[in-house]
Order: sequence, then C-alpha cells, then structure tokens
Amino acid sequence: MLSDIERRELEEAVQHYSEKRGAAIDALLTVQRHRRWISDESLLDIAQFLEMTAEDLDSIATFYNLVFRKPVGRHVAFVCDSISCWIMGCEQIREQLKKHYDIDVGQTTRDGRLTVLPIACLGHCERAPAMMIDQDVYGEVAPDKIDIIMNKYK
Amino acid sequence: MYPLTQYISRDGTSRLLREYVKGGGYRSLQRLTAGMAPKDVQRLVGESGLRGRGGGGFPTGTKWSFVPMGPNAPKPKYIVANGDEMEPGTFKDRILMEGDPHGLVEGMIMAGYALDAEVGYIFLRGEYHLSAQRLNQAIAEAYAAGYLGKPLPGTTFRFDLHLHSSAGRYICGEETALINALEGKRAVPRAKPPFPQTVGLWGQPTVVQNIETLYNLPHIVNHGAAWYRSLSRTQDGGTKMFGVSGRVIRPGWWELPLGTTARELLEQHAGGMAEGVRFRGLLPGGISTAFMIEEHLDFPLDFSSFPQEVGRLGTGTMIIMDDRTCPVGFVLNLEKFFARESCGWCTPCREGLPWVAKLLMAFEEGRATSDDLSLLEMHTKWLAPGHTFCGLAPGAMAPLQSALKYFREDFERHITTGGCPWSTKSAQLRVLV
Amino acid sequence: MANIIVDNKSYAVDERQNLLAACLGHGLNVPYFCWHPAMGSVGACRQCAVKQFKDDKDQSGRLVMSCMTPAANGTRISIDDPEAKAFRASVIEWLMVNHPHDCPVCDEGGECHLQDMTVMTGHVYRRSRFPKRTHRNQALGPFIRHEMNRCIQCYRCVRFYRDYAGGRDLNVFGAHDALYFGREQDGTLENEFSGNLVEICPTGVFTDKTFFHHYTRKWDLQSAQSICPHCSLGCNTTASERSGTLRRMTNRFNSQVNGYFLCDRGRFGYEYVNSEYRIKHPLVRSGTDRTKPRMPEDVSRTLEFAADRLRKACGIVGIGSPRASLEANVALRGLVGPQQFYQGIDEQERQLLFTILNVFRTGPVPSASLHDAEQADAVLVLGPDLLNEAPRLALALLQSIRQQPMERVDELKIPQWDEAAVRNAVQNRRGPLFMAGHRQTWLHEYTTDHYFAAPDDVARLGFAVAGSIGPEAPTVPDLSSDVRDLAQRIADALMHAQRPLIIAGTGSGSQATLEAAANVAWALHQQGKHPRLNFVLPEANSAGLALLGGGSLNDAFDAIRQGKADTVIVLENDLYRRADQANVNAFLDKAQTVMVIDSLEHRTTAHADVILPAATGPESNGTFVNQEGRAQRFYQVFVQNGGVKESWRWLSDLARATSQDVERESRVATWRTFDDAVSATAMVAPELARMGEVAPSASFRLVGQKIPRQSERCSGRTSLVSHLTMHEPPPPADQDSPLAFTMEGYRGPLPSPLISQFWTPGWNSIQAVNTYQNEVGGPLRDEMPGVRLLEPVATKAPAWFTSIPHAFQPASRQWLLLPLSAVFGSDELSNRSPAIAERIAKPFLSLHPSDGARLSLENHSTIDLAWQGTTYSLAVHFEPSTPVGMGGLSLVPEVSGVRVPAWIDLFEAIKTERKRRAA
Ligand SMILES: Cc1cc2nc3c(=O)[nH]c(=O)nc-3n(C[C@H](O)[C@H](O)[C@H](O)COP(=O)(O)O)c2cc1C
Ligand code: SF4
Ligand code: FES
Repeated sequence: MLSDIERRELEEAVQHYSEKRGAAIDALLTVQRHRRWISDESLLDIAQFLEMTAEDLDSIATFYNLVFRKPVGRHVAFVCDSISCWIMGCEQIREQLKKHYDIDVGQTTRDGRLTVLPIACLGHCERAPAMMIDQDVYGEVAPDKIDIIMNKYK
Repeated sequence: MYPLTQYISRDGTSRLLREYVKGGGYRSLQRLTAGMAPKDVQRLVGESGLRGRGGGGFPTGTKWSFVPMGPNAPKPKYIVANGDEMEPGTFKDRILMEGDPHGLVEGMIMAGYALDAEVGYIFLRGEYHLSAQRLNQAIAEAYAAGYLGKPLPGTTFRFDLHLHSSAGRYICGEETALINALEGKRAVPRAKPPFPQTVGLWGQPTVVQNIETLYNLPHIVNHGAAWYRSLSRTQDGGTKMFGVSGRVIRPGWWELPLGTTARELLEQHAGGMAEGVRFRGLLPGGISTAFMIEEHLDFPLDFSSFPQEVGRLGTGTMIIMDDRTCPVGFVLNLEKFFARESCGWCTPCREGLPWVAKLLMAFEEGRATSDDLSLLEMHTKWLAPGHTFCGLAPGAMAPLQSALKYFREDFERHITTGGCPWSTKSAQLRVLV
Repeated sequence: MANIIVDNKSYAVDERQNLLAACLGHGLNVPYFCWHPAMGSVGACRQCAVKQFKDDKDQSGRLVMSCMTPAANGTRISIDDPEAKAFRASVIEWLMVNHPHDCPVCDEGGECHLQDMTVMTGHVYRRSRFPKRTHRNQALGPFIRHEMNRCIQCYRCVRFYRDYAGGRDLNVFGAHDALYFGREQDGTLENEFSGNLVEICPTGVFTDKTFFHHYTRKWDLQSAQSICPHCSLGCNTTASERSGTLRRMTNRFNSQVNGYFLCDRGRFGYEYVNSEYRIKHPLVRSGTDRTKPRMPEDVSRTLEFAADRLRKACGIVGIGSPRASLEANVALRGLVGPQQFYQGIDEQERQLLFTILNVFRTGPVPSASLHDAEQADAVLVLGPDLLNEAPRLALALLQSIRQQPMERVDELKIPQWDEAAVRNAVQNRRGPLFMAGHRQTWLHEYTTDHYFAAPDDVARLGFAVAGSIGPEAPTVPDLSSDVRDLAQRIADALMHAQRPLIIAGTGSGSQATLEAAANVAWALHQQGKHPRLNFVLPEANSAGLALLGGGSLNDAFDAIRQGKADTVIVLENDLYRRADQANVNAFLDKAQTVMVIDSLEHRTTAHADVILPAATGPESNGTFVNQEGRAQRFYQVFVQNGGVKESWRWLSDLARATSQDVERESRVATWRTFDDAVSATAMVAPELARMGEVAPSASFRLVGQKIPRQSERCSGRTSLVSHLTMHEPPPPADQDSPLAFTMEGYRGPLPSPLISQFWTPGWNSIQAVNTYQNEVGGPLRDEMPGVRLLEPVATKAPAWFTSIPHAFQPASRQWLLLPLSAVFGSDELSNRSPAIAERIAKPFLSLHPSDGARLSLENHSTIDLAWQGTTYSLAVHFEPSTPVGMGGLSLVPEVSGVRVPAWIDLFEAIKTERKRRAA
C-alpha cells in the first residue's frame, strides 16, 4: 500500500506527463526514497497506481541502474569507477572500504549500515577520485579520509 | 569575461532569481516582448554559427529548421534539455546548472519561443542531486515571477517547464533513447528517420538540446550573431566549456573561445602535467572520442576544423593519459563502461562490447594472443556508425581503434610479457566484469 | 512498382516494401531475425545488412540494414559483397557468444531459424573463448516451455505478445547483455495467443509443451492440411503425426484467413485425438435391454447388424452435426433422406443461422474474412464476446484499430513497415472500435467506446446506429439520450471509414442483434460505403450445416415422440450439449435403436445400441464451411488403428449394407472414395456447386506422382516396426486424396491446399513460408484460399428488419441468464485435450453487484444452483459489466447442457450458499 505522502508525491509527478505511465521512473525513484529499495510488493503498488502490470513496470525498473530491486543498507556509497577516477586511484577507495567495512562492491555490511555500489562517472572528474554517499558527493577522496567521511553516515 | 560562466563563482554557490535578474538575467525575454518573432530568433541562432555542445556539434539553426512551424504545425511541441551528462570525463553541464540554474530556464524559454513549443523538460541525470535542487528552486522562482506558466508580456506565448530526474543509464543521453526514457519506457534508442523534430516525445515535434547549447541562446539574442561569432577563434561561433582531468597540476574547467588548443588548455590552464609524470595522450571530449597524442596538441579545438582523421572534439572535457597509466588498462576501463551501458537492443553492441571487454581483460591478465588483437580490430571495424543502431558502440570503438594505432606496442607487450607491465593491481580489475 | 538493382541484376519490386522483403520476395536469401512479415521492421538484430551503393560509380558503398531501407526506385545493393557477407557472419558469431552448443539435442533443432541463418551466413568456428551466461527458466503454464539460454534477444516475442496480441504478462527485463524475456514471476502466460510464440521465436526459447510431451523431430513427422475444428473461423492448420499419435498442430498460412497466427485453443486443442476416451472399436448391444453391456464387434458384423436394424426400422431419424464435415452430413442426409435429416442443433440456433444465411443470400453486403477484418478501419461489434467465441477474430481487430492512425503515418511519410516509427508516431491513437455486449474482457481496453447491456438493448443500439446512417432505416423510439448519442458517434465513425465492418453473432441467442447488424451494414451500403458483415457462429461447420438445411433437434424429438420413427442415427453429436437432459433421455429411451457415430465417448454414446468409431478431423478428409461462407478442405494425416473410419464412410457402408439409398442425388451407397462424396455434396444444394473447386481431387498428380505427407528426410522409417517384423510394411494406400502416406512422391511447388509443411532448402523453420509467396506477407503463390460459397448477388438492400425489441426490463424475481463462452472450456473437442483442460476455469455465475446484493450473495462465494433438473456448483462473480437483471453463466464442461438464454428465478434456484471466500 502506498502511504499518503507517497501517493501525494506520485500524483504530483503524474501531472508533469501527458500520460500516467510517463511518470513511471519518477514514481519508482519517489517510492525508493521512502523505502530505500523497490521490493516486489512496492513494484505492485506503484504499478497499480500507474495502471500498469508488474511486467510493464519491472521491465523499466530493471533497465535503470539507480532503481534498486534488491535491498540496500541505510546508506549507499557509490564509488565512481570511470576513467578519470580510475587514473586517480579509485581502487584504493574500494580497497579501503573493503578493509574497514569488510564489504566488496555490490555488498551490504552485516549491520545494514552501508551498501557499496559501482557507479559510472559522477561528473566530478576534476576532483577525482570521487564518491557519492546517498546524495552527497565527495571529491579527491584519499583512502585515509574515508573514515572521517563515513562517520557522518551511521 | 565570457558569457556563460561570468557569474559562476568557484565557491560552489549559485545565484537566486534576484541576483540573476540584477546581473542582466531574463533580459533576452524583453526582446521578445519588443516584437522579435520566433523566426527572427531562429534566424539569429542560425547566423550565430552555434553548434550543439552535446558532443555531436550539429548546427543548432539547421536542426531547428526541420521543426514544423506555423498554424498547422502539430501541437504541442516540446523542448528537451539534455542534462544526462554521463559521458565519463565530462562535467561541464553540471558546472552550469549548479552555478547558474536560471540561465538554463531562460535558455529553455528562448528555445521554446523560437520553435513555438510550449512545454519543456529538463532531463537530468539522477546523480546530480545538487543541480536538481537548484533547478527546482529556479523553476519555482521563475513560475512565481511569471516567466513560466504565463504568457510573456506582449506575446501569447506561454511556457511550462518540468524537471525529470533520470534513474541512470548512459544511453539516456542519446536523444531518442532520452525521449523513450521521458515517456517512462526503457531507454532504447529509436531509429531515425523520423527525426525527433517531427516525431519525438509522445509522437510530437521535439527538439533535444544539450544544456550548454541552451545556455548560449539568451546571450545570442541579447548581443547578436556577429558578437557571438567574434567570441570564437574559428568558424564556429562562441565559447565552449572546456575541462581537464587526469594527472595534471590543476584539473578543472574553463570557458574559453572555440579554437583554443589542447596545449594551451593543458599547459596554461591546467598547469601542465603533475609532478613525476609525462604526457602520453588525451581524449579531447569524453570517452567516445579518439586519442590525441603529442603531435595533435596544437590543433584548434572546435567542431568544424577538427581533422577527421584524428577524431572529434566531443564534449570538450579532456582526459589526460600520463605515462604511468597503462593504455590497455585505460581502454579496458572504457570498454567495460560501454559494455555495461549498452542498452541491449542491437546485436553488435550488446554482444560485441562485452566480448571486447573480456578480450582486453585477457590482455590485462596476460592471457591474450595475437589472434585477440585481430579480434579487437575486427570489432573496431564492425561496430562502425551505421552498423549499430545508435552511436554508443561506434563511440566505444573510437578510443580503442586509436589506442591500437598509437599504443600498439603496449598491447603487444602485454602478450609477450604475459600481463600488464605497469600493474601489480590486477585485483581491482576483477571487480568490474 | 520500382526497380532495384541487386548484385547488378534488376528486379521489379513494390516500392512500399523494404529491401529485405523485396529481396526475399524474389527468392534472394538475406538472413534476418527481428523482422517479421506481420510485425514489420525495428532494425535490432543487424542480421540483414547489405551493401548499398549511391550509383553505379560508387565502388565502396556502405552497409545498411535491408529491413530498414525502403525499396526505392533505382536502389542499388549487393548481398554478395564480401564486406556485407563478413558482417552478417559476424552477427551470427556475436549471437553465438552466449548461445548453447546443443543443436543436436535441442528440441528446436531441424526447424530452427537461427540454425538456418547460421548456415546461410557461413559462420562456423567459435572464436569467443569466454564462459557463457546462463539463465533460470520459468514455468509458463501448460502450453509453453521456456528455455532462456537459447535466447538471441531479437525482441520478437515481446513485440508479438505485447504489441501485436495485446498481452501484458510477458516482457523484457534488464539491460545490456543481461536481458531476460519472460514473466515477472513464474506462472501461466495469460494471453489467448501465447502459442504463436513457438513460431515467432526464431530459436527454441518458447516451444510447444504439448509437443514436448511426445516429442519427435520435425523431419520425422507425417503432416497434412487441417482446418481447425474448434470454432467457426476455420483457421488453417497443419496436423502432424508419428506412430499413430497426433503430435502437434501448427499454423498453416492462408492469406485470407488466419495469416501467420492461431489462437491457443486451436493450437493446443488437438490432443482429443489421442484421448483415452477415444472409441476405437465398434460396439454393439444385440438385445433390447439397455442395461446389458455393449460388446465389441468386428466391422463387417457390426455393419450387418446395424443394416438389419435399419431395414427393420419404422422410420429413421438422422441427426447431423455442426462439427462433422459437410460430406459426413450429406452422407447421413443421403442415407436417411432429406425429410428425416435433422441438423442436430436446437430450434433457436437453427433460426439464427437461417437469418444469417438470408442476410447474405438476399442482401448486398458481403461477409468479411479475417483478412478483411484486419483491414477494416472502423468496427462495430454487436453482441459477441470475440476473445472467447472467435479468438482469432479478436486478434484481427487488434490490427484493425491501427488502420485509421495510418493516415497520420502516411502524412509523415513513414513507411508502414517501419514498425517502431509507426508506433512512435501513432502512440495511443486508435481507430474506431465499438463493442456492445454483456461481458467485459481485456479487449475492451482497446475500444473507442463500449456498452454493456442486455441483448435486446444491444440490438436497439444497433438499430439506432442504422437509423442514424440511413434515412430509410427504421429508427428506435424512446432511446435514452446516452444511447442515442452513442449511436450517433458510432454512426459518424462508420460513415467516416472506408472499410467499415459490423460484427454480430449467435452467441447470445439474440435474433434482434443479427437483424440490427444487417440493418447497419445495409444502411452503410445504401450510403455508398463498402461495409462488410461478420457473424460469429457456434461451431466449425455451422455454416455448412445451415446450407444443407433440415429440421432442428426439437423436430427430431417430435418425430420419435409422435412415433413417426423408431430408430436414430446420431452423427458426431452429443445431444446432451444441445437440449436439456430430460428431453434427450426421453428421446433416446423411446427410440428402439440408437446408433452413434463418433470419436469420443460422451453422454449420448452412453445410450447407444450401436457405436461406430469415427475418425477425428486429422484422421479424415472433409470440408468445413466457416462463418464467412468459405469452404475449406482438410486432409487425413494418418490412418487410425482399430475399426475407426471416417463418418461418411460408415454411412456409405451402411447405405450399401441396407441397400437403402433414399435420396437420389447423393447416391450414398455408390460412394467409394472421398471424391464421390465431394461430387455428391456439390449436388445437394446450389450453393455447394463449387465444392469440387475447393481443392484438387484425388486424381490430381504432379509429374505423374502423388504428394508425400512425410518429409524428404523422414528417418528411421524402416526400423519403426523392427521389433515386430523385419519387413518394412507397405504404407496404407490413399484413394481419397492426391496425398500419400510416404516420403516418396512429388517435391516442388504445390497448389496451396496441398501444402502441409513449408520447407525450402535452407529454410527449415516456419519462416520458409516466405519462399512460397510472391510478395512476402502476401498470398501464397497460386493460393487457393478456399471457396467463398456466399457472395452477394443483390445490389440493393432487401426490406429493412423492423421488429425492434423493447428495452430490457429487469424483472422482480426473475433473471435473464445468458451464456458466457470460455475460450478454454466451451468447445467440446478441445476440452478433452489435457493442456486445455488445465486452463478451464471453474464454472461461475456473474451478476451485477447490485443484483448480488439483492440476492444477499457474497462476491467469490460458491452457490448450488438447482435448475433444469440438475444442481450446479458455481462460483459467484460480481461484474459491473453484467447488466442489471441478468446473469452470466460460464459455459464450461460442468454446466454443458444448460439451456441458456433463459429466465431463471434465482431466489428459488439458489439452494444453498456456502460462504466460502476465495483466498
Ligand atoms: C550514446 C550517446 C550518449 C549521449 N549522451 C549525451 C549526453 O549525456 N548529453 C548530451 O547533451 N548529449 C548526449 N548525446 C548526444 C545527443 O544524442 C544529442 O545529439 C544532443 O543532446 C543534441 O544536443 P546538441 O545539438 O545541443 O548537442 C549522446 C549521444 C549518444 C550516441
Ligand atoms: S549501439 Fe545498439 S545496443 Fe548499443 S546502445 Fe545503441 S542501440 Fe543500444
Ligand atoms: S531483420 Fe533487419 S535488423 Fe533485424
């Protein structure tokens, strides 16, 4: 069941498009903001709202990489793996995360605090290597800065 | 002072409506109120020599000329700002949107007016949260001030503008895939013809324009075509957002005249190579462009004079490869990106790119043979424009093909020495495939 | 017409085609995957690349996708160009990167388009040495097997299922090279046309599960031409057999009828032929005591016995059947005489069919083929529930709604084959489709407007439409303004169209809807339009039976009751499906001798004194007349063991044995071969005169040879019975058709009714159909698509139908109970196929929610309904589309024999209500 807030936000999103299903991506992202990921149940809720079938919506949901169809932790760290960050040493960030939190890319810490995901160029190449945690972008991330950054995300 | 970035401060803040207007913002709309007709704007943009800044460099005036105009033209028509900016190494549109969001709103209104299109969408990549926040605020302010949602004074033209945040995927930047994404579908490109100018969003005439391209419009209208042309050092009109990333002293962005050389960018603006490394090559504008090497550094960077045998300017945000970075690893990183970002619609791209990535991985891990080199070459030949459904795969082949040309000995060395001579860090490479 | 130059040779082509279709039409082999003649081009697979040159000076040229390039005049291309060839081989190589290497054991092997294309391009060696990706398969229900690892991502399945057939529970998931084509979760594919995936998929991702249960290689199948017996549309099928088992049913292209597609009832309903309830031996009860069992008898003694009874009979009643062939019905009619021949359907149905025949016989408007229906640019449906009564027609209408938006596509100069562009340009625009009836289905999502009402009100709407179109057509008084407006909108849309189509049917038992439909069509005709009419009929040969004439079942009952006869011959008919139990019991009890000729045991055979085992459709030759009046021939695929014979043969044998030959024209006793039956049939009614033209006669030979039913590559024939004998037994002789039960005989171009398997060297899959057409997607070369027996002769409309019914009034205690057909469940034969049986829903009663409340029922509860002498357990469905004052009864096997439409006192009839809520 969609919550009242979700429903209101979805209704608002639908206004921007000439047909309801045009808001599919907005709707997925909106609900994901509230629920962290899109479970099968969430998918059905949204599909119903948009008058689509689960197949219709999941075909879209599984295409885009920012729609999570599997559970994620309380925080998601996106480590840019594209070329400028690669040159500037994004692997070290990843190794560091692995060392300190015992998770590889694509995994979630056991306490559910953090999920690390790969991401294509974050568009902060001039400050490579870059990473994004939830909605915050960090540039020139040296391995030794990671703990300080991570302290903000409990 | 160049027009696009004159008010963008490097401290990461942005201007609200009041400051924007104080600095001369939304002035171009007064010209419309004063009687400038849509076709006048179109003509002006044509004369200005403005070329699309999304990487293709297509003349904007020409693109507009295919849009049906007049009372019998289909309604509604749409303007879409392409803010997908997922081309690795590229961050210029973000600088503009974060630094001066109203500039985009004004540019969109201008494009809308010129094409008699009453609805606009800004298609923004999902990761640009700060841009989204600032654009939303700017749009709200513009609605409140009556620039949006109401007829412009003295005209019957009224423009509505929506922000759409994408859910990620590089292919969304391709304009027809973008249109599908906006319709709430899978972002698979559409075949052309018909071009979006006649059959676009929801089947209606649609013009998709890069963010930076749109920022130019108010300035062209304010100052005229001749002024705009005079900004540039070459045939193409105007300035360009350039950027440099990689191991240089001062990575960053600069608005500079078109025709500025790569050497000037690298040495003057970016301060030259970082300590301990030497220049080996660069990709001039995102990763879908071919390598330039030392001998190309003095070419003027623009769209029309860029020598075809070397490549294309692309987005103008260059990635520098230094002599401590392995060209094979470099290209491997690119091809993994392309393989992952293929939409999966056409066979050569869907199946060819992962194969290429796996071959490069074999090089990296010392399992490659000389047959693999010819398989790579085969792909650079077959994944050419026209062979695939859209430009993604051909873009993916540009750096590979040029790398095989300029850095062939590096590839061969990987075969003969059984692995990457640079790297002890093969672990990191496992991660991506 | 345009000229294109292919490898320096000039070809005349239709410039409205794309290059791929143009080349295939000239027999030039260009490989392809994502393109399909019925679904157009999308340019995804890149397999169809050719080299295009600007002019004769251009030496380098460039690769283009032939499916995405118009065949414009002067286009110069090369298929053989080395670069183009190498690129095409590369495409296969890419597809093979992840494709399993299991051709020899893959169940698609031997009819795999991917296999064909691989051979065509010459790709041989695997150069990719990396691991292949694997997928989990889904359980998709009783019809379709799923094997995702074979997928080559051509997107055809989703394009067919979703875009063409309106299905929604199949899609593509994921991106890049991690694509998955399937459902959101395991579960039965819902769409009524899912079976076409088997032929649409160019490799073996979606295969026929029923075939899998008794799998045989395609080349080992013995095949013949069939006509689907499961509804009145007469889709053309190929029935395939091996070792005495019918193995599968596939689509047989007929440009005027089914084209490339079948419905699932037609494709998966064939297994009744293999049913354990088949009657394989004659059974005889010698005494008069019906409690004694029947004993198996051999054929000649059975005939003797039966002939003896017939000779001694004081009058014989012959009951024909709308599911038996025309020839079988004619044989019965000949044996018992026209006066004693009864159609075997109830009086109401007989009246409806008579009305329909008259509309075509006397009116100026022709009937519509399925092809016409696809081409219609405005459609009005008055009554029938197409998805359940005539599914393939529903599929045709899904195409018809694309006709009118094509105007915009033409304006934009988008070629009609450019499917993706067409869809983008058309978006949600749909041509006019109006549906009126008493049941909502998913087809209603595609209507311009719909109207749920009682049949009388549906008829009134139709009369009102006619009245709005033709000034002389009678108008309907006291219509509500809503209905009047709707009628006006429909009238406007029909008048605006070039090829309007009106559809009605016998399903709801309403005479008035048929008459209203005729009035609409006639009014349109009078206004100078070119309308067509389509009437959905109950069964495969209802039209043929109607052409023969004869009394109804009720008349037959009377004849026995009144003592005018004491002996009954029932031809392929379960009377309990057609009349209520008490009447049938009384009838059968009163008759001294009951003989039944049929293939499956049913309630009527249970009463028979003599049972003559009849061959099923795929075991016999015969002719069906479909609902548009098209006579089509089906052929015997194999000879059934035991005492099984074709019904007409039993009857002719009986006639000989009794030396009775009552009707002179048909002279049944002299029939020896099927040709005799056909010639006799042509004599019995003027409209049947062209029966002989339907298909070539048994004497037809090509180069002095018969046409083999077995493929050229039939393997292991000599070892089939090696466990019994070392000698290869001679194949059965076939004196009835130009076909032979062998692999020897003529190979080459054939008249279309004699094509059972489409095959051309290099084209082993069903895609070989292309090589049989002059223009890809068009008619087969020298197609004989059946003979239309009823073409309009009148140029003016006859007198208008004027009996306009009163508006339906709900009654206080009574409800009008109407039939709800079920695509899986309402057809007698297909119900006996296990796969179909699995899909049959539990019987239900649908009511408007307000009626449900009035009856104090709960939605989804189960009730016992005692009616017409039987108690039925029914689920209750509240359906807003069921008109107030009416109920809908689903026609599934449990309730077969219920006589509807009829009024029922539900307060009285609902005995107990067990408040079981469905989970
Ligand atoms: C694979 C692919 C990705 C693209 N990504 C972008 C992008 O992120 N931003 C953009 O402006 N143009 C992108 N383009 C180019 C667009 O298709 C289109 O040409 C451009 O938005 C037109 O705007 P312009 O004429 O103002 O440059 C991409 C093209 C391809 C083939
Ligand atoms: S080249 Fe083909 S598969 Fe690749 S992104 Fe374009 S359309 Fe999709
Ligand atoms: S058939 Fe032409 S691209 Fe698939």
